[in-house]
Amino acid sequence: MEVRVQNIRKEFGRYPALEDVSLDIRSGELIALLGPSGSGKTTLLRLIAGLESPTEGTIFFGNEDASQKSVQQRNIGFVFQHYALFRHMTVLDNISFGLKVRPANRRPPAAEIRRRALDLLELVQLSGLEKRYPAQLSGGQRQRVALARAMAVEPNVLLLDEPFGALDAQVRKELRKWLREIHDRTGHTTVFVTHDQEEALELADRVVVMSKGAIEQVGTPDDIYDHPVSPFVYGFIGQSNCLDVTLAGGEIWFEDRPIGLRAANEPDGPATLYFRPHDIELLDGCGGCLAGLVTASRRVAGTRHLEVSLGGTQPSVEIELPPERASSTDHSRVAFRPTRWKLYREASDVAAASVQAQTSAIELAPTGT
Amino acid sequence: MALDTGSASNTTLPNLVKAATSETRLARATLIAVALGFVGLFLLLPLATVFIEAFRKGADEFLSALGDPETFSAILLTLTVAGIAVPLNLAFGVAAAWAIAKFEFKGKAFLTTLIDLPFSVSPVISGLVFVLLFGANNALGPILQSYGVQILFAVPGLVLATVFVTFPFVARELIPLMQEQGTSDEEAALSLGATGWQTFWHVTLPNIKWGLLYGVLLCNARAMGEFGAVSVVSGHIRGETNTMPLQVEILYNEYNFVAAFAVAALLALLALVTLILKTALELRYSHEIAASRSH
Repeated sequence: MEVRVQNIRKEFGRYPALEDVSLDIRSGELIALLGPSGSGKTTLLRLIAGLESPTEGTIFFGNEDASQKSVQQRNIGFVFQHYALFRHMTVLDNISFGLKVRPANRRPPAAEIRRRALDLLELVQLSGLEKRYPAQLSGGQRQRVALARAMAVEPNVLLLDEPFGALDAQVRKELRKWLREIHDRTGHTTVFVTHDQEEALELADRVVVMSKGAIEQVGTPDDIYDHPVSPFVYGFIGQSNCLDVTLAGGEIWFEDRPIGLRAANEPDGPATLYFRPHDIELLDGCGGCLAGLVTASRRVAGTRHLEVSLGGTQPSVEIELPPERASSTDHSRVAFRPTRWKLYREASDVAAASVQAQTSAIELAPTGT
Repeated sequence: MALDTGSASNTTLPNLVKAATSETRLARATLIAVALGFVGLFLLLPLATVFIEAFRKGADEFLSALGDPETFSAILLTLTVAGIAVPLNLAFGVAAAWAIAKFEFKGKAFLTTLIDLPFSVSPVISGLVFVLLFGANNALGPILQSYGVQILFAVPGLVLATVFVTFPFVARELIPLMQEQGTSDEEAALSLGATGWQTFWHVTLPNIKWGLLYGVLLCNARAMGEFGAVSVVSGHIRGETNTMPLQVEILYNEYNFVAAFAVAALLALLALVTLILKTALELRYSHEIAASRSH
């Protein structure tokens, strides 16, 4: 089912947790709410569920205004970070709970409930464990039971609050893949909250990046990674370097020299240059480039990470190279130039009135020359 | 054969590999002796004395002392008062613990403090409060009396005083437990479509049942044994408003030692049964209790 969040504001006491948030969730999509802690992602999820009520704004399930409905009436499936399984019930009783508590006129017969619970248990690959208690299961198994329990009520939307947060890395990876499979098979509209960008980018159809109670960007994982709309998203998703630079005559200057990158049609003034460690080309000495001393070198899986001090007061940057190229470079000095980069400017950075309000971004492919 | 390197090094270097928290044998023996000696002197010895005195003149005398009509009515009254006060405090304790652990509201800290009041106030004052409230010189007493309701020097007064004194037991036991368990189990149940009542009955209650049972047992032990508050509101009408503890005092003051100790022994026995019951339940369901605390 399609879910539309419209101009939601939520305050806890006098502290605002969400400010004017709007989001369209398409039917059948797997969408991630991603952000650092305190960004309001869990609050948004709980508002959709009906576990909290908004200070202002509306939430639609399809064409129905769900904000007037209680959590019971919304028919959602909620999966908690710490599973929240009923510890005194067996796995089977946990899964069938949502069906058993229905009023008699909507409750399936006992045999049907049992059959559906066993089917779900098979779906989450835990057949044979129906008589176990939650305490007798591993963390990963408990979370599977929690998911089966949430799906048993055939929810309008499945909401998962940091579903893999309490699990160790190996199990997490497995469950991630498995959740994607389950989603593709069942087609439930699914919203999950995570602070793990890798999880969001790998699993979701679309990612909602949140910060300080507001949505920064909504897009596919590719969009978010390749075309971040704000410095926050650039910095939060993936590795990035940022340098304070100056624009003069359409050229980007770092400290006292141009670095061979052009930003035509931009007024002169200070700006911040963002680029990813792997989006660089090595140069053999240069007239216009970034150059510095390699201060540290680490091998991380298939690439070598070099920490380069550019001198001056700026923090050192990190670049990534294939190991064979890294070893061929002079280990004390490298020259390089970003191949993909982005320039962010605060409105106050630019005196000229022609610049749009707040942040303007210039995004460029290689300069070509 | 497997070589246990740990014990091997222990034998060669006994003093270097001692665990940081282990004590010398002498210190351990002293501590245990002090603890056991204390328990023996201040708990077991008096308790044993009660039973020895009760049976000093044989079992027949013991039984006839308990069969005395006044004593018998005191036993019945104690059971009646506990039978009313404990369920009342059970309901109150669950409600208060629920409110404090699961909701945020103004005056929460005040309520939490207030629950402890009966623990910090002398029982005599607890009784006196009701005498002041319902006494003949006050507004409430005569009004109720005109409707034929007798509070003081009757069962209602005894129940009120007992409820007041045993008020914190259930709530105190449940509040930390429920706070620790949080609200996500309830939220899970609600999100699955359960009503508030279904959530309470199928999820909350099973989660707190051991704490609840423990609280009720302690509450019951105190309800039966309360002396001070009950003494003030009772009026000491023989065969009518004397509970077991009051009866013990009366018999003792009349130098009827065997009867006094017989009733005391019965009272002590009730307390012992309560404790034994609690321990037995803990042993029997230790797995479940551990699971419900951790998980």
